[in-house]
Amino acid sequence: MTSQRNIAVFLIALALIAPWFAYPVFLMKALCFALFACAFNLLLGYAGLMSFGHAMFFGMAGYFYGHVVKAWDLPPELGLLAGVAGAAALGLVTGALAIRRQGIYFAMITLAFAQMVYFFCVQAPFTGGEDGLQGIARKPLLGGLIPIKDDRVLYYVVLAIFLFGYVAIYRFIHSPFGQVLKAIRDNEQRAVSLGYEADRYKLLAFVLSAALAGLAGATKAMVMQFATLTDVSAAMSGEVVLMALVGGLGTIIGPVVGAFIIITMQNYLAATGEFVLVIQGVIFVVIVMAFRKGLVGELTDWWKSRRSAG
Amino acid sequence: MFELLGIPPQALFGQLLLGLINGAFYAMLSLGLAVIFGMLNVINFTHGAQYMMGAFAAWLMLTQLDIPFWAALVLSPLVVALFGILLEKVMLKRIYHLDHLYGFLLTFGLALIIEGSFQWKWGSSGAPYPSPIPGGTNLGFMYMPNYRAFVVVAALVICLATWYGIERTKFGAYLRAATENPTLVRAFGINVPRLITLTYGLGVGLAALAGVLAAPIQQVSALMGTNLVLVVFAVVVIGGMGSIMGSIVTGFGLGLVEGLTKVFYPPASNTVIFVVMAIVLLVKPAGLFGQSK
Repeated sequence: MTSQRNIAVFLIALALIAPWFAYPVFLMKALCFALFACAFNLLLGYAGLMSFGHAMFFGMAGYFYGHVVKAWDLPPELGLLAGVAGAAALGLVTGALAIRRQGIYFAMITLAFAQMVYFFCVQAPFTGGEDGLQGIARKPLLGGLIPIKDDRVLYYVVLAIFLFGYVAIYRFIHSPFGQVLKAIRDNEQRAVSLGYEADRYKLLAFVLSAALAGLAGATKAMVMQFATLTDVSAAMSGEVVLMALVGGLGTIIGPVVGAFIIITMQNYLAATGEFVLVIQGVIFVVIVMAFRKGLVGELTDWWKSRRSAG
Repeated sequence: MFELLGIPPQALFGQLLLGLINGAFYAMLSLGLAVIFGMLNVINFTHGAQYMMGAFAAWLMLTQLDIPFWAALVLSPLVVALFGILLEKVMLKRIYHLDHLYGFLLTFGLALIIEGSFQWKWGSSGAPYPSPIPGGTNLGFMYMPNYRAFVVVAALVICLATWYGIERTKFGAYLRAATENPTLVRAFGINVPRLITLTYGLGVGLAALAGVLAAPIQQVSALMGTNLVLVVFAVVVIGGMGSIMGSIVTGFGLGLVEGLTKVFYPPASNTVIFVVMAIVLLVKPAGLFGQSK
């Protein structure tokens, strides 16, 4: 346990000094995606529910944030709240329908709903269609106390939001609620026979995951100052799956690692256009064929086998 | 000129025809998905990319090798099916024992690779494919482009032939038996792994055939299958994958529903299939033709 604690302290120290060594906007973007990937992983890794439509929560929350802050001219806190509440409500509706089917159908249903939300966003007037919502001002937080116009100040706000989400997920997973979720994931019939109402647990996990994905999406809109169709697209749903998969499904730190790897990769490959897609595809194939546990999962296994051997 | 519910008949029947054509593609694609899922337990996310490859192969055959449409109608699905068989042999075969999820992710990755490469090589703007049966017929109440009539008939024939092949022939009986109990069928001396490979080839070939048929109607482009495959997933959820005839009926039916929506409430035409899916999930979660398990 002490080694884990040491790693955690080291990572937090690294996160605190990071904006003096790396471009803060990049770090904030990566943190938003890390939270998004963690929210996704809460569902797949711990409830065994594969959502292929998580972009609808991420992207819609961005629009909600933008609309509240830009069109209604309200403070960013309310924008974040609107993003989370909106995503949770959307999660409640789509989740209640999607959990009526299991396994791979669940993935197809969430994908289809996300596509429906996408088409809605293309047409709805409040999203700005193809242009999206642009130039969302970074108004100060807490009634003027925290001026988030400065990238480094905003970075610490985003870091705090990320840590809040991460700790929340950690608490969910290690609570009795999380234990029941894992039981349902491993053997649903058995959990039901023990008296747990599996559907209610699944729905609650879905809504929590949607709400946290919404928090990530709204925070991203706050950082980047825009909300666009990219964030609600099916490609984005695929990307978050990739992040969780690269890092390691069902490991709590894995999605964070995966998100940083994928965002860094995109940063360097942005100029190559379509090639980003091809490389993402190759990573999917390689991971499914050879490294299904992801980076963190494989490393942990290697570490364990080395210790038991030595 | 008479009117129906305030809609001129040309517009109504025109949209219905368009709906029928879209429905034909939904039917062919969901049929292939159902056949593949039944045998391989894999949701083939590459289906849209393979549909696109069918159209591209036909277009390349025409522009590079002067192979006419009618020959491409046979050759292109064969080429794409061979490519599918290769994928099955090299990759898919190795993941059948895993959760469905991995097949979904693997084929999703493959779709990204295929579509990304085509986009990189040929760009994302479409290329036109000349209609092999130009002209049209005036039916009195509407103008019917000849090629579109051909597509609807051809798709129906293809769907019914697939249904016949699976439900009424010896090969189909083996296939259905192997879906139910592969171990027992193997014990009877039937090469089930080869049957699985052939099934995947068949499903992929169907997608490519749909692509060739679509080429003269739509532009041939790298992303022509990207959104289509997502709609087809919804079609499959609505119909349930248990029944071949169910896939065909659902496909055509939803195409018509979409066409009607375009006439009466255009803004919803993109989303109507997903709304139908939500309603079906509420009323009959297993799908219209699915068995709940």
